[in-house]
Formats: sequence, C-alpha cells, structure tokens
Amino acid sequence: MNRRSSFLWLKGVNRLKVGILAVQGAFIEHEHKMQALGATCVEIRKKEDLNQHFDGLILPGGESTVQGKLLNDLDMFADLKKRIQQGIPTLATCAGLILLAEHISNDDKAYFQTLPVTVKRNAYGRQLGSFYTEEEVKGIGQVPMTFIRAPYVESAEDEVEVLAKVEEKIVAVRYGTQIGLSFHPELDENNKIHEMFYQMMEAA
Amino acid sequence: MSKERWNLNKELAQMLKGGVIMDVTTPEQARIAEEAGACAVMALERIPADIRAAGGVSRMSDPKMIKGIQEAVSIPVMAKCRIGHFAEAQILEAIEIDYIDESEVLSPADDVYHIDKTNFKVPFVCGAKDLGEALRRINEGASMIRTKGEPGTGDVVQAVRHMRMMNREIAKISSMREDELFDEAKELRVPYELVQYVHDHKRLPVVNFAAGGVATPADAALMMQLGAEGVFVGSGIFKSGDPVKRAQAIVKAVTNYNDAKLLAELSEDLGEAMVGINEQEIELLMAERGK
Repeated sequence: MNRRSSFLWLKGVNRLKVGILAVQGAFIEHEHKMQALGATCVEIRKKEDLNQHFDGLILPGGESTVQGKLLNDLDMFADLKKRIQQGIPTLATCAGLILLAEHISNDDKAYFQTLPVTVKRNAYGRQLGSFYTEEEVKGIGQVPMTFIRAPYVESAEDEVEVLAKVEEKIVAVRYGTQIGLSFHPELDENNKIHEMFYQMMEAA
Repeated sequence: MSKERWNLNKELAQMLKGGVIMDVTTPEQARIAEEAGACAVMALERIPADIRAAGGVSRMSDPKMIKGIQEAVSIPVMAKCRIGHFAEAQILEAIEIDYIDESEVLSPADDVYHIDKTNFKVPFVCGAKDLGEALRRINEGASMIRTKGEPGTGDVVQAVRHMRMMNREIAKISSMREDELFDEAKELRVPYELVQYVHDHKRLPVVNFAAGGVATPADAALMMQLGAEGVFVGSGIFKSGDPVKRAQAIVKAVTNYNDAKLLAELSEDLGEAMVGINEQEIELLMAERGK
C-alpha cells in the first residue's frame, strides 16, 4: 500500500471501489489482494448489487459454465456487458477470461464477447494437467503463474496486446481496459498483477 | 505428492467454492447437472439413497461408466473409492479423474487405515465429523474436506452437527495460548503444524464443503450460513420430483444464501422433495465409517 492510499484508507474516503463477480468461484482471494492495495470491494451476487458505481470489475476463477448461467439467471448479464464495453477496467482470470472471450474454440457457448480472442477451455487437460510456473509479463517482469484446468488464448486479433506466453501459448492479454489471464494471480503471494490493475483503475 | 502438486489440488477446490457438486449416475444426468449449474459432478453407479436401500457391499463404479460421464461434461468429474482402497484410487487416477472422494458412502475396505493420499498426484476429498478427523485426513494428503453428514437420508441434521462441531473446535483452538497447542495436537492425533495453522488462520488449511442430507435450497442456505464454502448434493436432486428445477434452485441458493426473499422464490413449486428417512429410523450410520 502506498502512502497516499493508506492515508485515504484512514480517512475512509475516495477509495477506489472494485466490483467482484461473486456468483461462484475464488472471489475472496481477489478481495484480499485488492483490499491490501487500499481498494474497497463489493461482491456482485445479484442485480441490486449493480445499483452503484464501480471503478473496476474483477471476473474471478471458478467454473465458467456456472458463472455464465448465473449471470443470465440473476439478470446481471446486460448491465455488466455494457460497463465492460464502456471501458470499465476489467481483470479476468481463468473462467473470467472465458467469459470475456469472443470465441471459445471447443464450446458452442460464448458470454460477454468483449475481448477479440479465441480461447480454448480446459486447454491443458484435466486436473493432472494443472501446473505452476514463472514467466515474464510485459511491463511488470517475472510473475508466478498457477494454472488450474486452465484455458489459453489460441488466437488474438491484431489490436490485442499479448502480455505473456508460456511455452508458445498466449496466457495473458490486454485489450483497451480489459486484462485477460489464463492463470490465477490471486493464488500467489506476488501482487504485481493486482498493482497493475489498480493503476489502471487510478488512471481511468 | 510434491508440495506444489498439493497446492494445485487445494487450489482446484478453491475454484469450486460457492458451487454445488451433484451426484450423477448417467451421462444424461451429468448433462442435466451441468446445464443446471453444477460446478462439478460426482460419478457413481448408485446414489446413496439407493445404496442404502440395496444393502450389500458397495464399491467403486465401473470405469467405463465414469469415462462416459467425463466425455459428457466439461466441468470437473469426481468419483468415489472405498476408504483405504488404494488400488481403486490408483484406477481412478489412471483414468484421470479430477477428484477422488475417499468415501464412507461405499463399504470401507480397511477398518484401520485410510489411503496414503500423498502417494497420488490426483486430489482427494474426504469426509469429516469433527476437526480431528479433518486434520488427520489433510495430514494423509486430502486437499479438500466435506462434512460427512448422513448420506442418502435427506436429513440435514448430521451435516449441521458436523459443521457446528468443526466451527466450535476451530474457535476453541483460535483462542488458545500458543503453549497449549502442543497438547491439543496430541489430543487430536495430528501434527503440531496443522493445529498451529488453524490457530493462526482461524480456518482449515483447505476448502470445506457441506455434504450428506442436503435436499432443499433452504438446506443449502443453512449450511452456507453455518460456514460451508460450497455444497455436495447427492440423492437430493435425482430422487426428487423435478430434478432440473431443484438443481437450479439449489445452485442459486448457494450463491445468494443470505437473501431470504430470493430463497423464498427459489423454494416455490419445486415438486416433491426426496422422501427422506430421519436419523432415528436408520440402522446404518455411514458417518461412523473411518475416523
């Protein structure tokens, strides 16, 4: 936490507010990261939770089929899609990346379709294919990466910036204010990814 | 199992949080469960209520049947092996199951020892009635815990009892002086480090789900409010009048477990719930298997 944000935290005012999709999955882990950086977190579980302003949006890991279904059933899909299109800084990890992707190569379904990439679900196979590694992310250096039944980006449109690759496969991208990751920065001690996202919120 | 593998396995359980894991016996049921919003399915030949009714020895399911379910859905697939039956677990690992449930629902194969789960790469979930059982299973390599409850009854009383017991014991350890932890470890028959973890973090080192007797959206909400991080529903869905509707309702109840108004809507017109048997009426207490 830098001095400015800790001061604001003491005053309890003007803190950046991040909405975290909390219908299913590992959302608490993101909350802890963002709170440590000085942001206020709001769990988005139902439509009424959207009646407020957020400075940023996090789409966490979990099961994309469950999250996608609940977004529709709980009538939150259109509102969130609109916010993403209007440029709210969005951090999407694993299932979140699948929700953002324009196409899913091995599934007929698609969700927000705001990120012009094609992702492959469960691209590394079942749980025995899950792995941990470290790799360079453009602009922020070496980052620990935990892949859990993870997707990867098979192809991306030219305007999408590739932030990281692991063994030739794209695992991190940025497109405007959307960051999409195959891995789970919320599970490791390192805060670089969340700091990058925090700065995007500050700049927005 | 390396520390890294154990972490990855524990982290898969983290991804399942806030979700419902449903028992299914056919690829068709598996697809229904996935469509209804299950975050994983448990593949087994007979659901606990039928195992209870049939009696006899119940074993690991036919791998062919499990593979059929793996092909039918894209969400994680779990399967059960008998307590202590490491050969069944090896078979399940060979077909790349996502999670093995070393389960008291099946007939135990060993009345003393559980499987040494540290020998496996694939993750294990185990049942527990109290903190000691939970930590012993974690020490053996389990990367996820669930309450035992009483499977196949539709009676939530035991799941509630087990969840409350764990919460009470965690609260007790959290408030202990550090010099009291050594003796507590001895009492619980677990390594000091696990007790220290509970003391420092006020929680189990792995994800803890509710299981055994959950039959309605209200049951699911009850368990979530008691601190469960997700819910297993076994017989409750496919033994009910309208499985699709009930499954969808339980999924939403787990997401919005604090919203009584929504829970009221979800509980309407669900058709017949599984009939259920209450705990005084049953002779076989599965929860007493494997301690």
